[in-house]
This record gives sequence, structure tokens and C-alpha cells, in this order.
Amino acid sequence: MTATQKPRKRIRFSTVMDHIVLTLGALFMLVPMLMVFQLSTVPDAEIIQRGPSLNIGDQLDDNFVKAMFEASGFSGENTGVSMLINSFILGIGFAVGKIILGMMAAYAIVYFRLRFATLAFWAIFTTLLLPLEVRILPSYEIVQSLGMLNTYQGLIIPLIASATATFFFRQFFLSVPEELVAAARIDGAGPVKFFIDILVPLSRTMIAAMFIIMFVYGWNQYLWPTMITTEEDMYTLVRGIKQIIQVFEGTNLPEYGRGNLLALIAVIPPVLIVVFFQSWFVKGLTESDK
Amino acid sequence: MKRALFSNIWLPVALLLPQLVIIAVFFYWPAGYAVQSSFYLQDPFGFGSTFVGTGNYESLFRNNEYLKIANFTLWFTVIVTFFSLAIALILAVKADRVIRGAKTYRTLLMWVYAVAPPVAGFIAVIMFNQSWGPLTEFFALFGYRFQVGVNFNDTAFAMILTSIWKQVPVNFIFFLSGLQSIPRSVREAALIDNRSASGRFWTVTFPLLAPTGFFLLIINITYALFDTFGIVDTVVKGEPGNNPMTLVYKVYVDGFRGNDLGGSSAQSVVLMALVLALTFVQFRLVERRIHYT
Repeated sequence: MTATQKPRKRIRFSTVMDHIVLTLGALFMLVPMLMVFQLSTVPDAEIIQRGPSLNIGDQLDDNFVKAMFEASGFSGENTGVSMLINSFILGIGFAVGKIILGMMAAYAIVYFRLRFATLAFWAIFTTLLLPLEVRILPSYEIVQSLGMLNTYQGLIIPLIASATATFFFRQFFLSVPEELVAAARIDGAGPVKFFIDILVPLSRTMIAAMFIIMFVYGWNQYLWPTMITTEEDMYTLVRGIKQIIQVFEGTNLPEYGRGNLLALIAVIPPVLIVVFFQSWFVKGLTESDK
Repeated sequence: MKRALFSNIWLPVALLLPQLVIIAVFFYWPAGYAVQSSFYLQDPFGFGSTFVGTGNYESLFRNNEYLKIANFTLWFTVIVTFFSLAIALILAVKADRVIRGAKTYRTLLMWVYAVAPPVAGFIAVIMFNQSWGPLTEFFALFGYRFQVGVNFNDTAFAMILTSIWKQVPVNFIFFLSGLQSIPRSVREAALIDNRSASGRFWTVTFPLLAPTGFFLLIINITYALFDTFGIVDTVVKGEPGNNPMTLVYKVYVDGFRGNDLGGSSAQSVVLMALVLALTFVQFRLVERRIHYT
């Protein structure tokens, strides 16, 4: 919406201002992460002497080997690889679980005549109101009494107990033309066939958008994994961050390079997904929250 | 509602069952348990509990430390919400206006969405390192000795700055999509009516963005209250001490570390009430939102 009626000079000035502000904003976002990268390329001794600098060192591969394959922690069981695997299990398990349960429940609510539909609807949608953080301690006790501490089920299932995906798919299913059901019936398709052959393929974009949002959400979980996983071989990367900081504090020659590289590895997968599937992600985010 | 429905009876029940079982066990049970145990005083050694009525709540609101934390949480929430909304709005307006490099700017301004809060806290710990942190050195230029983890205000500043950094991208995405949904015809009409760009912004763009803004206000308050846990925990390095903390962090510290189930549950219930109140406000605003569009 640049004003075409305005004198040329003025337009230039405001455009330059726009670019300056945007560049400053981009730097505000980017510089901290570039610093983390720089710190993971130089020797620890250099960091201890002079901190972050513009010097890109040659320690990246060394630090990578240390971060990924050398065991750390108290029990010596968590390597970067094991944390990375746990993070993927949490992210993918959470996203897939949430999408499958959400689609099933939304399908039942939208496409079937149910006697207790209203009750089920409210029982499910009340869960949108209270985040896990406010009922964290009783949730922990229940998971503990079910013997699910330090298990993937205990990590993932309680996080799934909310209706965001159900709500999202309900909205989407309501916007699908009704004639489709009628047509499918005439062709002799039952509800299962209709769901799998028509509705699921129609929802592909929505599923992709949900998957990205839910994967990032699951990957970035911190409080719940902190409580549920006490054994180091169950740690995710994000869960392990605090330990890295505590190791920094407690030692004379902290392994800054390794720590920074682990932080970088914890960030790369979700960032890549968000950046590469930007349009789906933005669509899913701005439409699901309405 | 759909008119062409299937009339199967058992299939929808089977479809709903997994979702209902999970929320019954991991949502309603813990929520009810929290309410119940907020009325009991737990024996510290695990030998049963005694009913104390509203005792836990009364001691909560008479506890100076709790009130101090509530006060800090309020200021923290106000400051984080205001600045992350304001910065994101400015950036979104500019990003909506530029033509060259628009897509690059958009990517560079939104990727932080995917960074986990504790990683953001980790970066703050590095930035404010006592002996060589770049931001510590920056403040030293002005003769101020910045001490995160030691000085209450310094730690609060680091938490707030980090929380804003982490939240700007979400607001940016929503504001930009709000701006891009303003119809061309409205923009062109505004251009004829009002020659000054700032005049157009305040009389046309800003009111049209207000519904997005209201919605984001609630999202940001919820973020500052709950999702900043990872930032608080990493910036204080897991050692609360005399450091600032938010209400959610206090629930965690008292319940998980201090083993005070009753007191921690009462705090959880207070937070639940707060969230319910916010949700109520949100629903009211969403109703109003419809009138705008």
C-alpha cells in the first residue's frame, strides 16, 4: 500500500525506514542463535578467556562427536543421540496420537447422531480451558501410581489429554460439504469407508498443518518431561538443557562448546520444519486458534 | 450441524472412547484430585492427611512470600505482554508494507517460534554470563555491574527480555495474517481519505486489527503465566533462592520439591480459577469480535 500519489523522495525515505526496522528486528531474533553457533565452534579455553566473538573456530566436528556420542550426566547414560531419539519419539508420538484421537472424536461428534453427543462434546471441550501446568502435581501422582514414570506412555499420553486437535478437526469437518455424505451413501459407502477414503484424504492439508504445530509443541515440552523422566536415558534434548547449565555452574572448566552445540541441536529440527513448511504452519496456527 | 448423518450406534462410541478415557484419567481425575487435596493437610512423611477446610487457602493469602510472587507475576505478565505485542505489531506493519525481501523478513522474524523456552533461557544464561557475557559487558560500558541470579531486578530483567524474545514471533504471525486479511478496497479507500500514513494506521488499520489484538492479549497472558516456566527455571538455574519466580514455578517448587501437596494444590486451584476467568473474558471478546468482521 505504498502511496503512489506521494512525491518520490518521501516514499524512498519511508521504505528505507521500513527496511531498517525490519533488519533490526531480524537481528534481534537471529544474533543470540548465531552466538550459540559461534560458541560451539571454538575451544572451551577461548570461551572462558574472552567469551563470544566473531571468530569461527574449527572445533565444530570435535564438539559434535562429544555432544552426540560421549556419555554425560551422573549415570553416564545420556548421549546426544539418545536424547535426540527421545525428542523425536516425544514429538512424533505426541503429534500422531493427538491427530488420530482428535480426528476420530471429531468424526464421531460431527457425523453421527448420538444421544450423549452434547455431554461428550462438553466433556472434551472443557479440557481446552485448563493447561497441564495448573494440574501438574496431581497428574504426576496419578502417572506415578499407574507405574508410568520413566516410560514413553507416561511422557506422551497425559500431554494428549486435551482437545485442541479435536476442536480443530471439528471446525474443519463442519466446513466439508454435506452432499459428500449423501453421495457416498448412494454409492454404498459405509461410515468407515467414507472416513478413510473420503474424509481423511480431504483433510490432508489440515493434518499436515496440525502435525507441524503439534510436533513442535511436543518436542519443546519441558515441565512435564522434567517431572516424569528421572532416569537419564529417558531425557529429551529440551529436558537436558537444565542439566547442561548445572554442569556449567559446577565445574572449573565447563564444556561450553559441547553444551552450546547440544542447545543448537535441540533447536534445529523444529526450526527447520517451521521454516520449510511455513505456509501450512501459518495457516494451521492462525486458523486453529479462532 | 450436519443433516446427512450416519445412524450407526456403536461406531461413534468406539471412536470417542479413546479420547474420553484419556481425558477422564489424565484430565478430570487430576483436576478433581487437585481440588480435593487443596482441602487437606498432607503429612510430610506420607502417613495420611487431615481435613483442614479452607485452611490451605487462608495460609496462602496470609503468606507474604506468596503475595510477593503473585505481585511479581502480575508485573512480569503486564510487561512481557505489552512489549511482545508492541514490537510484533511494529514489525508486522513494516513487513506488510515492504515488497522487496518480504518473504525473507517473514522467515527471519518467525523462526524463533520453534525455539523451546528453556533453550531461550539457556541463551540468556550465556548472554548474561558473569565474566564474559556480551550483555553483561554491554551494561558494564555504563558502569553497571549486571548480576543475573544474584540481584533480584537483574534476574527479572533477563527473564522478561528472554520471554519477550520468545513471544514476538507468535504475535508477529497473527498480526501479519490479520493485516493481510484487510481487503484491498478498504486500504485504497483509506488512502484517498487520509494522506498521512500514521493517520491511516490509527484510524483504519489499528481498529481493524483490534479483534486480533484482543485475542492475542489472552494468548500472551496465558503464555506469560504458564509457558515461561522453562525460561524461569533455566534463568534461575533451578535454584529459586531469593530470585524472582512466577506462580506456576511456585506450584512446582512447593509441590514437587517441598512435598507440600495441600498448599501446592490450593495454588493450582487458584491458577485454575484465574485461567477460567481469562477464558470467560476471551469468550466475551470472541463474541464481540464477530461484530467487527
